[in-house]
Amino acid sequence: MSSVAGRAIAIVSFAELPPAERDTTREEAELVQPVVAEALARAGLDRKDVGFVCSGSCDYLIGRPFSFVAALDGVAPWPPIRESHVEMDGAWALYEAWVRLRCGDIDTAVVYAYGKSSLGDLPRVLAQQLDPYYLAPLGVDADALAGLQARALVDAGRAGERELASVREGRRISDGAAAIVLAVGDVARRLAKRPAWIRGIDHRIETHQLGARDLTRSSSTRLAAEHAGAFGRNPDVALLHAAFAHEEIILKDALGLDAATTEIPPPRADPMIVAGLTRLGRAASRILDGTAGRALAHATSGPCMQQNLVCVLDGAPEVAP
Amino acid sequence: MQHDGFEAPYRLEYTYRRSTGPVIGRFLGALRDRRLEGVKTSAGRVLSPPGEYDPETGEDVGAPIDVGPGGVVTTWTWIAEPKPLHPVARPFAWALVRLDGADTAMLHAVDVGGDSGNIRTGLRVSPRWRAVRTGSIRDLECFVPEDLSARTEVRTLATESSGPVAMMPSSVQLDYTITAGRHLSTYLRALATKRIVGGRCPSCTKVYLPPRGACPTCGVPADAETEVADRGTVTTFCIIRIPFDAAPFPPPYASVAVLLDGADMPIFHLVRGVEPEEVRMGMRVRAVWVPDAELGPTLASIRWFEPSGEPDASYESIEGHL
Ligand SMILES: [Zn+2]
Repeated sequence: MSSVAGRAIAIVSFAELPPAERDTTREEAELVQPVVAEALARAGLDRKDVGFVCSGSCDYLIGRPFSFVAALDGVAPWPPIRESHVEMDGAWALYEAWVRLRCGDIDTAVVYAYGKSSLGDLPRVLAQQLDPYYLAPLGVDADALAGLQARALVDAGRAGERELASVREGRRISDGAAAIVLAVGDVARRLAKRPAWIRGIDHRIETHQLGARDLTRSSSTRLAAEHAGAFGRNPDVALLHAAFAHEEIILKDALGLDAATTEIPPPRADPMIVAGLTRLGRAASRILDGTAGRALAHATSGPCMQQNLVCVLDGAPEVAP
Repeated sequence: MQHDGFEAPYRLEYTYRRSTGPVIGRFLGALRDRRLEGVKTSAGRVLSPPGEYDPETGEDVGAPIDVGPGGVVTTWTWIAEPKPLHPVARPFAWALVRLDGADTAMLHAVDVGGDSGNIRTGLRVSPRWRAVRTGSIRDLECFVPEDLSARTEVRTLATESSGPVAMMPSSVQLDYTITAGRHLSTYLRALATKRIVGGRCPSCTKVYLPPRGACPTCGVPADAETEVADRGTVTTFCIIRIPFDAAPFPPPYASVAVLLDGADMPIFHLVRGVEPEEVRMGMRVRAVWVPDAELGPTLASIRWFEPSGEPDASYESIEGHL
């Protein structure tokens, strides 16, 4: 069960670099330092008081083994800090931090992600996560697989020329970074006037065998949403992580979203590996600034949205801490 | 575009081989024999290509069964500009093909003569095999429309099995344009003019060499440019006695960490002009630069360090930099 059963945990601040098409001036630590510093400053939290640090990044994206180690200078890891890392979008780092906070011995966490897609051939880089026996030897890339999914949706009568064109245009490339501060209970109330309480968060994955999936539906999004408590009350705003137009159609269907009752901002050209975390951050920002009561954030990963994370945020905590 | 930082081409390469395991190894062996196989799950579903377990239950899969060779396109996407690594040289479609007798689909190329008007969902296709087969998904060159293959290919099954495939090549080659970033670029540029530039942390005043995007103690950019001396103190050293391909000299020779005067981080370099046995902590050394014509944005602009002739520095002066 993934809804908050014990400690109420909230996003209390968020910072992101404006996405740049190509940033040749910032290396890992230079991407991370400004967003972490800004997120901490917004929360009024001293970095010496941070209980846990968790990051998301991908060495293949930057082409540098142990890139995430180079990034650590950006969070001032000396004297030694409690730290962990996922080789994934920062949204999954946030999930790990959320789990860590539920252990009960610490009250705050910083989550960050950075990505530079401009250094390599992104569709080829993404192909590294494909099946090494059946797919990698063919030289198929992630954008071609998105084309298969778009066509399947067209055949099902749920998409058209606009969605096919979105795939043909290809993936937008950008570089950037983002950071989020999480806090528990009264600490969250001290750090933010209106914390964005995590009412539920869950992530699910589908089979790696592409031909065994129904590409027109996102069963993993649906299941994650169920376990995050996304159904039953419409969110005021939903931030979806989609690289292509047909992915949005599949996600809205899986999440049961209605554009008449929920504001769904159009996707932006957000940096790979950072994009999911920014959905959580922007959704939280709407609660922090009082323009939404309930927000839904979604992050995706893998070929044809193989893995999906759903988080429900609310201006009110479900349980007293 | 901004060009504050250095850029360079860079290739990431892993020359791995992969073990295939019994289920996939058998399937790849069958491809070498021009046969297509699937595996049956306990629920009676036929997976092709086979997986080692049922994705719905996690249970082991059953014995292999023949599927195909014909199948039907369940979805497709057009590749107008094939790349050298693709299975078909002219424009083609990637497609998911559900082979006859299978419940899941296989991703592969479909060659429809280069005309996107010839591909559609529901199209019946047959495999086209390579003449030389090695036990790879590429032994199946591609699928072609079934009416075409009926005329051009005899659809017989091989009678002899060449056995399973145990290992397969699985190399990775990725090309990047790497960038040095603002701080490292500043440092590298200075070396081309025989200057060594570090970055001072505005908070703790430590001078990092090379400059860093952030001070690991203070969490702020350590970017106040500070020139340091081209002489300093050996903080620690290592004598190399074993020859290796990339060795700069025949052994023995000494590799040293040098704390340059004005810096708080040692750099790593070589020392010459002294017997390796005489190299010691606290020894004072100075940089020997390459001739001006050979200077470049690289630490190799310093050829090596040599003893400066100054008296040794005290242990206390390097104690905090070890
Ligand atoms: Zn400092």
